[in-house]
Amino acid sequence: MKLKMFFAGSGGQGTLAIGQMIAKAAMDEGKEVTWLPSYGPEMRGGTANCTVVVSDKPIACPLINEADLLVVMNLPSLLKFEPMVVPEGLLMVNSSLVPEKAKRSDIRAVYVPADEKARELGSGKAANIVMLGAILKETGIVSPESIRAQMKKMFSGHKAKFLPMNEAAFRLYLEGDSAPS
Amino acid sequence: MSKVLMKGNEAFAEAAIRAGCSCYFGYPITPQNEIPEYMSHELAKAGGKFIQAESELAAVNMAYGAAASGGRAFISTSSPGLALMQEGLGFTASCEVPIVALNVSRGGPGVGGIQPGQADYFQVTRGGYNGDVRIPVFAPSGIQECVDLIYSAFDIAEEYRNPVVIFADGMMGQMMEPVELPPKKPIADDAEIARTKPWAITGTDAHEGRNVVFSLRLQPDVLEAHVEHMFEKYARAERELVRYSTSNLEGAEIVFVAFGTMSRLCAEAIELLAEKGVKAGLIRPISLWPFPDAAFDEIGPEAKVLISTELSMGQMIQDVKNAAAGRWPVRLISRTGGVVPSSLEIVDRALKHLQEVQGK
Amino acid sequence: MKTVFQPTKGMLPVDTSYCPGCAHGIAHRIIMECLEERGMLGKTIGVVPIGCSINAHNFMNIDMCESTHGRAPAIASGIRRVHPDKIVFTYQGDGDLASIGAGEIVHAAHRGEKFTTFFINNAIYGMTGGQMAPTTLIGQRATTCVDGRTVEQAGLPLRMCELISTIDCAVFVERVMLNNPANVRKAKKVVSTALDIQQAGLGFTFVEFLSTCPTNWGLSPTEAIHWCETAMADYYPVKNFKKPEGY
Repeated sequence: MKLKMFFAGSGGQGTLAIGQMIAKAAMDEGKEVTWLPSYGPEMRGGTANCTVVVSDKPIACPLINEADLLVVMNLPSLLKFEPMVVPEGLLMVNSSLVPEKAKRSDIRAVYVPADEKARELGSGKAANIVMLGAILKETGIVSPESIRAQMKKMFSGHKAKFLPMNEAAFRLYLEGDSAPS
Repeated sequence: MSKVLMKGNEAFAEAAIRAGCSCYFGYPITPQNEIPEYMSHELAKAGGKFIQAESELAAVNMAYGAAASGGRAFISTSSPGLALMQEGLGFTASCEVPIVALNVSRGGPGVGGIQPGQADYFQVTRGGYNGDVRIPVFAPSGIQECVDLIYSAFDIAEEYRNPVVIFADGMMGQMMEPVELPPKKPIADDAEIARTKPWAITGTDAHEGRNVVFSLRLQPDVLEAHVEHMFEKYARAERELVRYSTSNLEGAEIVFVAFGTMSRLCAEAIELLAEKGVKAGLIRPISLWPFPDAAFDEIGPEAKVLISTELSMGQMIQDVKNAAAGRWPVRLISRTGGVVPSSLEIVDRALKHLQEVQGK
Repeated sequence: MKTVFQPTKGMLPVDTSYCPGCAHGIAHRIIMECLEERGMLGKTIGVVPIGCSINAHNFMNIDMCESTHGRAPAIASGIRRVHPDKIVFTYQGDGDLASIGAGEIVHAAHRGEKFTTFFINNAIYGMTGGQMAPTTLIGQRATTCVDGRTVEQAGLPLRMCELISTIDCAVFVERVMLNNPANVRKAKKVVSTALDIQQAGLGFTFVEFLSTCPTNWGLSPTEAIHWCETAMADYYPVKNFKKPEGY
């Protein structure tokens, strides 16, 4: 098993964070992982992409030519990265911010209104966690418990008040209805 | 020991702390800023000292002062910053003071860019310092290996009483991989410094006689004798510090020679070539100086071409040609300026080189 | 027989290599006497510069290291981190400190580094043969301004005590002159005070010595002393610029 994933959005959307959470969960489950961010001078509003590779075997290269899973959190990311999805691969789109549909018909596209749903739960900031729940539902790449264990650590101390809302965001698609394809 | 998922730069800093580093001196430069940031809080917790230096010039000289007086000093920077540190590295080598410097390199020349580069190969192996100096250079290809190299670099530096450079790149600094951290060594106290570094300037009460750390030798014959003494150490380093790994060399027609990030791309290119029925292997120098000439004796009779694969316009290729000693044609695959090629591009270009040397 | 004088153990029993009329020897000796008097010779680490006094480690009987040109304050900062309980000092000339090392001295002062810098100002590059320094006076001849320094070409001489004393964490700044026995005794008191303040951990301490370089000034030793106490002291006032309360 080797799964190549690419997460793309703009700075501040928590795109790198969900890639990191999946990598950490996979590592905790005994897999080999790499997490590679794009890095640049912009702290906010610039592009923020990361590549995550999860494998049963040592990973030769953290860079990928094609993605089994592409997650796009904004429109520029869809336009730029759609071609990198492998045939039969999975594209997950934050439909709250991406008004367009995938152009390709040889891939499976899932549309998650992540920002909208997160706002309904109380904060647009949890859009990435809504997306994370949907990713787990669609791929089963890691167990929800591995993610929940991390969320408990992330949202502790003075951030503990954010845990219930993020828990709810995570559960929304994971345990609820599938997002529309 | 369990693994933790750590960002390269933070893992490198933690490795130095665990190696018993007592002093870190740094100046902000991308893509290694997480190192001074991490050191500013974590080194103090471990009992060490941190200074945000006013420049890379100051940082390397602070490290020299700390190490000359018995401390375990660590500095980190990225390519243009290393250029500024060159004087200090050469001076420190001449003074026989052990320090460890980490270069999280980026694209050049000049201010250049901030994406990964390997065009510091000349800078780290040939140096920008004056005089007859050699500095052992180790180039990891991943975070775990970089952690292990930093951890052992302090011992090597102190054994040889010479600076040691670790040559990583921006990609390794910014990425995350699972890493197993080595056990924490204590910071040496005054008694331990006196026992292990009798040459250190710790005040004459702390040792026999009087210690002076210096490099000025105005009589040519005295200076020559000092350089010859340094080169006795370097001859030993050439015997003892050679590090490399090889993979898939048996039956390989194409032999990539690559270090650091490029070696990982080559490893994937080798898998892709195998799918096309072309056998390719890899020599991965870990010590860039001393360069692992011996690795080339492991190349099989099927080899048609050696390809130095670099994130520079071709710097290591000089050492590759030297090690190949005319036994095989040597070609270059290079991208520079911070551009990292895809493994597909490497496959394409490697096949073209193979065809060209076969006269096809 | 009663001993009425003996040289300080802080100086090695060798002849210095400095020119006749040069004040390095006097500065060396009073610093070493102060260290010996406080019983700290064996607990002191000194940093020598690039310049004539790179040779100081051949004369001062303490642990020392050389410096790259101008970087002595950075080096002393590193030493200080390993040895918080020792006396640490840099000994630097005006080319080293005021020119190539202007950045390092300013930032060591700015961090309030707990070491002392002894700054020997003789208004010229001595070791390299008499070139203009940042401290060379207007009209003073040097090998890179043979008709005398001009403002148009090189600006006005840099006053380091005045500059350093603007930095808050530099707690003791004083300029002294080594032109006669009375001033040498005064200078020694100033050195001693600077070391007291260093040992008390109060901050950065800086002592500037107006010094002489008869060889590169083209003067006899007595003419050089006269020029130092007139032309130099006129531009570089000999005084305390700053001291902590109680010192």
